[in-house]
Amino acid sequence: MKAFTKLDGLAVPLMRANVDTDAIIPKQFLKSIKRSGFGVNLFDEWRYLDPGYPGQDSSERQPNPEFVLNEERFQGAQVLIAGENFGCGSSREHAVWALDDYGFRCVIAPSYADIFSNNSFKSGLLVIALDAEIVNKLAEQCESTPGYKLSIDLAAQTITTPSGEVIEFEVDPFRKECLLDGLDEIGLTLQKRNTIEDYESRRKQSAPWLFG
Amino acid sequence: MSGKTLYDKVWDAHVVHAEDGDTVLLYIDRHLVHEVTSPQAFEGLQLAGRQPWRTDSMLAVADHNVPTTSRSEGIEDPVSRLQVETLDSNCEHYAITEFKMSDLRQGIVHVIGPEQGATLPGMTVVCGDSHTSTHGAFGALAFGIGTSEVEHVMATQTLSQRKSKSMLVSVDGQVGPGVTAKDIVLAIIGEIGTAGGTGYTIEFGGDAIRALSMEGRMTVCNMSIEAGARAGMIAVDDTTIDYIKGRPFAPSEEHWDAAVAAWRELHSDDDAVFDKVVRLDATAIEPQVSWGTSPEMVTAVNSHVPDPANVDDETKSSGMQRALEYMDLEPMTPISDIQLDRIFIGSCTNSRIEDLRAAAAVIKDRQVADTVKQALVVPGSGLVKQQAEQEGLDKIFTQAGFEWREPGCSMCLAMNADKLGEGERCASTSNRNFEGRQGKGGRTHLVSPAMAAAAAIAGHFVDVREF
Ligand code: SF4
Repeated sequence: MKAFTKLDGLAVPLMRANVDTDAIIPKQFLKSIKRSGFGVNLFDEWRYLDPGYPGQDSSERQPNPEFVLNEERFQGAQVLIAGENFGCGSSREHAVWALDDYGFRCVIAPSYADIFSNNSFKSGLLVIALDAEIVNKLAEQCESTPGYKLSIDLAAQTITTPSGEVIEFEVDPFRKECLLDGLDEIGLTLQKRNTIEDYESRRKQSAPWLFG
Repeated sequence: MSGKTLYDKVWDAHVVHAEDGDTVLLYIDRHLVHEVTSPQAFEGLQLAGRQPWRTDSMLAVADHNVPTTSRSEGIEDPVSRLQVETLDSNCEHYAITEFKMSDLRQGIVHVIGPEQGATLPGMTVVCGDSHTSTHGAFGALAFGIGTSEVEHVMATQTLSQRKSKSMLVSVDGQVGPGVTAKDIVLAIIGEIGTAGGTGYTIEFGGDAIRALSMEGRMTVCNMSIEAGARAGMIAVDDTTIDYIKGRPFAPSEEHWDAAVAAWRELHSDDDAVFDKVVRLDATAIEPQVSWGTSPEMVTAVNSHVPDPANVDDETKSSGMQRALEYMDLEPMTPISDIQLDRIFIGSCTNSRIEDLRAAAAVIKDRQVADTVKQALVVPGSGLVKQQAEQEGLDKIFTQAGFEWREPGCSMCLAMNADKLGEGERCASTSNRNFEGRQGKGGRTHLVSPAMAAAAAIAGHFVDVREF
């Protein structure tokens, strides 16, 4: 997993509630058997006026000038400021891969769908939940301040705005540790191989119908 | 100390190790696999030189990408074909049981698990698909996972998980005639909202839930995720046990009695305490139709499209406005005035034999309206299809003007050739009405199979109770 320590990144606001995974990466792109290359189709139906399909030449597409990610001033954004219940819908990790592949390293929103927030963490995308009021305030500042960058420090659990305001955020200690060190979670679990095997043999005694 | 909830019981039985904070390592009994969310996990396994921990816990099937027309030609779309072939070769390589496209047992992953008896009470069941919640109908803890987690389960048979809070949704009393499991769950989502269950595992209880068949219970648990919960569960009773008996993956004769004795414990204790309790009056639930682009945007068929101007909450009101624009609907339009272009009966929510029977009963000796361009029935599995054909349901559908297809996800998510055109409106028995879900610019109204069937005949929504 990619480590996350500190980020000083341009922010972009996308303040709709319930942005679902179909909107983040439409299903026709899930046919890929790879983990990369999803960035060009991030928010495809909002970002382009013409229909998207896999394997298209993206330079021929018609960008939707009304969509915020297409605005010149938000090019290169790494922090997405979003509405509540972000990432709801399907379990597709492709949504996270698309955000990551596009260049986002962090999402700030009032709340997330459970599976999305699990998935984000697996790919090293930091998702931060803050009170809706604070998120709205950040979004407004971002909208009105050219070149609005946020400094995010995971170890200190702080976000610093361009005006120097410091906002603290919560993060699960286990996730924080994994993110800071970019740990391979499977490797970590496999260190407990014996514990898993012990559990299994007890379970084979008590519920043998679950095996075989 | 208070008693345990059903969720507590299943959770506690699967804790392998308590990690830092609230995280535990949870053992996984059943891992269902499909073509869309597994290729990158298999690749990760290979790159790291790891082997699957327990292939006998795995059951694989291709469902999302498969064509629902004749399969003799294979899959036309090369990208879809590669994904299905990748699943085939991965399963061959690791000797994982897979129901290939040509297998009679092939179907939607959440239909075939229970149908085969591969989903059992008290199990932990995972799949790289959010509608894994379906399997909770058996008193299993079943939830969707992302691809990294799929790889984690393959490699370690466990997952790092944090326990969620518990919510009881009790549907008290009995629903009236013509009101189905789908209407119950849509009414629940209308009540608590699509984020209402976020952070919770829901247990569905109450008389109306107890009275449901296993298929109806699966419909309810299926849409837990649309209520924001990763998992929904229903206590085990005779209905559960009778359903499982004799299925291919069910416990053998030798273990049957012990298994049943253990399953009888799978209910919340009388003194169990839930973090949240929601009660609904079953007698007040009417056939439901969704009008917007989120499953919580739902109302009774004899009602009308709501007016955002009457909603004080500004975020909510603007969300409604956006939805109405997308759906091309005016506030206060009676639901029964909404005309349909296509009808879709299928998906892991409503493609089982009872769903097909309910739809067939409505359309028998009637004709699909001329204004309807297409009416599709896509059975949930090859076995459901076979059963329906033995009962003559296929004839009823085709004589009425429906197309009778091969099993798969089909127009539920439109990853194969079955999809809505720009601006087309569909009565669908699936679970999601998000923008573009059934095709770019397509407009989805979620309903029960009987309601979809009635809409096909009338050309617009009608109250199936008066039909
Ligand atoms: S039928 Fe629809 S919801 Fe169910 S697994 Fe297939 S795509 Fe997902």
